[in-house]
Amino acid sequence: MELSEADLRRIAHLARLELGDADLLALHRTLTSIFNMIDDLSRPNTDDIAPMAHAQPITLPLRDDVVNEPNTVEHRNHYQRGAPAVEKGLFLVPKVIE
Amino acid sequence: MSGSWNTKTVVELSAALTKNECTSLELTENALAEIEAAQPTLNAFISIDGDGARQTARTMDALRKNGQAGTLTGVPIAHKDIFMTEGLRTTCSSKMLFDYVAPYDAHIVTLLKDAGTVLVGKTAMDEFAMGGSTETSYFGVVKNPWHTDYVPGGSSGGSAAAVAARLIPAATGSDTGGSIRQPAAFTGICGIKPTYGICSRYGMVAFASSLDQAGVFARTAEDCALVLAAISGHDPRDSTSLNRPRENYARDLALPLKGLRIGLAKEYFDDGVETSVRAAVEAALDDMRKLGAITVPLSLPNIAFSVPVYYVLAPAEASSNLSRFDGVRYGYRAQKYTDLLDMYKKTRAEGFGTEVKRRILIGTYVLSHGYYDAYYLKAQKVRRLVADDFQKAFTQCDILAGPTVPTTAPRLGEQIDDPIKMYLNDIFTIGANLAGLPAMSIPCGFNSNGLPIGLQLQGNYFSEARLLNVAHQFQQATDWHTKAPKQGIS
Repeated sequence: MELSEADLRRIAHLARLELGDADLLALHRTLTSIFNMIDDLSRPNTDDIAPMAHAQPITLPLRDDVVNEPNTVEHRNHYQRGAPAVEKGLFLVPKVIE
Repeated sequence: MSGSWNTKTVVELSAALTKNECTSLELTENALAEIEAAQPTLNAFISIDGDGARQTARTMDALRKNGQAGTLTGVPIAHKDIFMTEGLRTTCSSKMLFDYVAPYDAHIVTLLKDAGTVLVGKTAMDEFAMGGSTETSYFGVVKNPWHTDYVPGGSSGGSAAAVAARLIPAATGSDTGGSIRQPAAFTGICGIKPTYGICSRYGMVAFASSLDQAGVFARTAEDCALVLAAISGHDPRDSTSLNRPRENYARDLALPLKGLRIGLAKEYFDDGVETSVRAAVEAALDDMRKLGAITVPLSLPNIAFSVPVYYVLAPAEASSNLSRFDGVRYGYRAQKYTDLLDMYKKTRAEGFGTEVKRRILIGTYVLSHGYYDAYYLKAQKVRRLVADDFQKAFTQCDILAGPTVPTTAPRLGEQIDDPIKMYLNDIFTIGANLAGLPAMSIPCGFNSNGLPIGLQLQGNYFSEARLLNVAHQFQQATDWHTKAPKQGIS
């Protein structure tokens, strides 16, 4: 399969990855060879084969709909400690509405 | 005895602690000294927690004095840096998390703490477990203790190098496509990945959730059995954790191999397998025949598709899992940006390495509109063909045996620019992840350069005790697992 440069720019945007021209060139070369390898998947006949999403035939377990984590300022601060920018318990991001 | 503790197994250290021949603090100081000495050469660790380890060791010595010790109490171990450790940074070998300190422990970290082990540090890996050489780590490459011009394998290369170099007796790892078994093979030690769902994934940074499974590195099958038993068991915080009673994986170690049917899939012995690897594996099979096992020729006709299946499904799951790294809630954020979208894009461009970006892009593409059926759905169907092949095989045999990897460890830098070549290293290991089966690698020889060779044993679901039994019996009759690299003996 031939991956075009436009395809690559489109998926980089979808993946929220900024790519420079040099990155684009190198990635284009390796991704094309990877997709050529992946194209082997068209060979086996999979008519009537159900897709396998999970290694075990289990259904997702459900738990009771109750709060099971304490909701305190201390806990919030503890969980937010690894965040790049926080103020008054809120994650700070660039302004999105003028 | 001080100075030689590092060559002992978990079982030997546990016995020495029980007999008061040493204290946990002595073992811990010994391990820390070995790690510090080896670090400039091997670079196996990202974080070393000397103070924390000494404090834990003192606590464990006190528990032992009070008669409250279990088998693993006081034994030093390390965790792959993919497992969250509260208070000790968890980087996943990425710039994205270079100073991230998790607010909680992974489930298996808690279990090993409760078992009394002493955590001495966190080991290096390929960034977000994507790679097979530990060369994609943001913190520098890890070297193979048998020959420092060669890679230790990956992605759990730091754990493998640390155990192989006799810095610690056991370490944790994670295996999505062979990330425990392949480095175990390349460094001449044992590594086991249990059945999917045996170990909780809670607190293990997610790469490909339907394939990721925690496991153990150690030098003997017996040690693997002890540590695996400690990290297994149901955890309601992981929705894929299986609700089964905990098992004693050492229960069958002493069973003789007489009558064991070992399946030899012809696809594991094709022309792509290096001569030295084939010879070592054939010799190991001869040893097992001498122990009473019989070999059964069979075929896994779809196994060749496991690599393309994996390189659709794993990147698809990864692109979704890694979308959480956006510079908002944790980890790295770019310094300069114009708006929110630009912040996301620059943060991810600067925070992720090349291999991670490559896989995110593959995953995004195969999940994107118009390509989902052709790639993702098709790969899920072929995944079932691969899994069905294993089930057919296990009607003819008890376990499968073959090379873990077609080659010995490549030289540093040899494959890093050729992803296809690197991906094909996983051709024999990926099948067990796609099917969710237990599998392990044990050392079975060396090539002419002195680089280790691994024998892979794969079993049906929940056959961990059987695999460990076969590995243990092999190790009672051979001495490959006792061979140590010069690097690790100080």
